[in-house]
Parts: sequence; C-alpha cells; structure tokens
Amino acid sequence: MKHTIQCDIVSAQEEIFSGEAAMIFATGSMGELGISPRHAPLITQLKPGPVRVQQADGEEAFFFVGGGILEVMPHLVTVLADTAVRADDLDEAAAVRAKEEAERALQDQTGDMEIAEAQARLLEAAAQIRALEQLRKKGRR
Amino acid sequence: MAGGKEITTKIRSIENTKKVTSALEMVSASKIRKSQDLMNATRPYAHMIRRVMGHLSKANPEFRHPFTVRREETKKVGYIIISTDRGLCGGLNFNLFKLVLASIGEWQGKGAEVSLVTLGKKASGFFKNVKVEIAAHTSDLGEKPQIEDLIGSIKVMLDAYREEKIDLVYVVYNDFVNTMTQKPTLEQLLPLPETDDEEIRDIWDYIYEPDAEALLDTVLVRYIEADVYQAVLENLASEHAARMIAMKNATDNAGDLIDELTLVFNKARQAAITQEISEIVGGAAAV
Repeated sequence: MKHTIQCDIVSAQEEIFSGEAAMIFATGSMGELGISPRHAPLITQLKPGPVRVQQADGEEAFFFVGGGILEVMPHLVTVLADTAVRADDLDEAAAVRAKEEAERALQDQTGDMEIAEAQARLLEAAAQIRALEQLRKKGRR
Repeated sequence: MAGGKEITTKIRSIENTKKVTSALEMVSASKIRKSQDLMNATRPYAHMIRRVMGHLSKANPEFRHPFTVRREETKKVGYIIISTDRGLCGGLNFNLFKLVLASIGEWQGKGAEVSLVTLGKKASGFFKNVKVEIAAHTSDLGEKPQIEDLIGSIKVMLDAYREEKIDLVYVVYNDFVNTMTQKPTLEQLLPLPETDDEEIRDIWDYIYEPDAEALLDTVLVRYIEADVYQAVLENLASEHAARMIAMKNATDNAGDLIDELTLVFNKARQAAITQEISEIVGGAAAV
C-alpha cells in the first residue's frame, strides 16, 4: 500500500513543487497542520509561513508562502500559494490607489499633448514625402 | 548638382531610423520568448484552482456565491481593459479598443451604463476622450507583471459587483495565438460561467477551516485574479509579437526607401556630370 501522496504547490506565477510526499506541514488559519496520506478531505486557508514537504525518499523541501489555500483530497494535496502578502486592509489600500491612479490619468493632459505632437510629426512627415516625390520627379527628367 | 546633398542627408537619416527599428525588432523577438515562458508558468495554477473550484461547488450544490449568480437585469457593465504602456506595436491597441467600443455601444443601446478599469497607459489615454466612467487605472506593469500590482484594480470591479453597482464584468485583452496573430478578445469574467465537469460523483464533503462560504469567496477571488493575470501576460506576449512585426515592416520599408533614394541620387549625379560636360564642350566650341 502506498505511503505517499501526490503534492502540488503552485502560485499564480509559477509551479513551485510537484511530487510524491510522505508528509506535509503547513500553517493553516486555525493552526499547524500535518498531512499524511489518507488524511480526510480538508480545505483551509493558509497563513503566511513555511510549507514543509517530506518527500518519499526522506528528503525535506521547504517553501515560504505568503498565504493561500490548501486542499486535501483522497489522492492529492494542492497548495495554491499567494505570491503577495494579503490582508483586507492591504487590498483596500491597493484599490484606493488604483482609483486615484484613474483620476490622475484623467486629469493628466499629456494625452492631448501626445496627439498634438503626433499631428505635428505627421505634418512634418507628409511634407518630407512631398519633397521626396518632387525630388524623384526631378531625377526622372 | 540637383539636391544631391539633400538626398544623401535623407539617406543617412533613413539609415539611422532603420538601425533603430531593426534593433527594436530584435529586442521584441527576444522578449516574446520570455513572456511566453511567463504565460506557460501560470497554467498549472489556473488548472488547479479550477479543479478546487469544481470540488467546492460539487460539495456545496445548495450554496450559491454572488459571483456565480446571473442577474436578471443588467443596469451597468464593467470592462477590465488590458492595453500596453508603450506604442509602436501596430494596430494592436486600436483593434482592441474598437472591439470595446462596439460592445459599449451595444450595451448603451440597451440602456445600460458602462464603467471601465484600464490597465496600461494606452487604454487610459484613449478612453478618457470617450464619455465613459473610468473607475480605476494601473500602468507601468513592466516586463514581468506582478499579480499584486493588479489586485487593487480588480478589487474595485469586484467590490462594485458585490454591491450590485455592476451586473456584468468583461475582461478585454489581446490573445496571443502565435507570433503572427494576436486576437482581440472579450471575455465574460463575472458572473462566472458554470463549471460542471468532474469525475467525482460520490457525495462527500470537506472539513472546512474556517467555513465554506469564506473559503469559496477566497477561492473565487483568487481565480478571478489569476484569470486577469493570465490575460495581462497574454497581452504582454501579444505586444512584443505585434511590435516585432511592426518593426520588421518598418525596417523593410526603410530598406526600400534607401534603395529608391540611392537610385534618385545616382540619376541626379549622372545628370549633373552630363550637364557639366556639355557646358565644357559648349564653352570649348565657342572659343
């Protein structure tokens, strides 16, 4: 009988670990967790902290996660790690920043400047093309 | 000599432009691969979070999260528009904006309001001239976008959706099909489409820590963020590909222009020499 369980640790930006594990330790929102094979199905939020995986060959792998979700299924354990440290007030601050950014972008007049500049460039380019055509005509004569 | 000097100056200036465009082309070509790697690195997460979501919804068929409930009437539509920060990438952004404008027009025709979240400078620059509300904006995501840079903008949309100020959210980005093709794509983000593929049919349940609803909420928010993040990466790869193509065309055009100008220059030189000789001959005959 199998004494290991498939364990996948991923974050939104990369796959962190994938392999057979004899035991997995993590910090759940309600306390420390140790998961062995044939653990009951469980889903929990993780607190920022280390995740330790005892691999089948006895070696240990350490990872730090900034929080996330741990799911235990009969045949596998999945850790969805957050790359960022998340908290409600931090998220709120980020949302406020994004709103302010929008206001700033709206007031920012550089957009119109860019259009004016582009138009000037276009006129210049058109004049150059005209000049070139004239030159070409002269050349043919 | 008719305009000989001007033509050489012109040729030299075009040669310089050509150097710049071919350098940009090579830079973009190398960046495509990097952004493709980033794109591929996010796939396992998307796959696994979808699996967890599937399990959760199987275990709680009676509980409906607001994110999964279709609203009867749509009063306001939200768009998360992903654009580039920089230009020189052909019609990439503009094709995307045309798609958005068409969709906005359609909803406004039905009497719905519109609210935008823009990512990237080009989108905010374009849509501030259109009479619609821009709720949030983020730019300067760089070559390696981080998910934490997106959280704020996404939260603005999610909060508005939760408070029922917005009833439908789209995400709009350029899908990276391959180096030659980037497809402007409009995807419905909220309410989430139904997921009903899973092999587990038995009745079973999890142990929840802390509780099912809070967990489902967290998983859904993460899922949406991962989805938008993936779209940002697709758009980044598209940007580099489009820029590479645009710069390749520019380089080719510059080459053609140089060839033509060289021909013009040679003709002008030839004409000047002929004229000079005939003047000398004419002068000699007169003497």
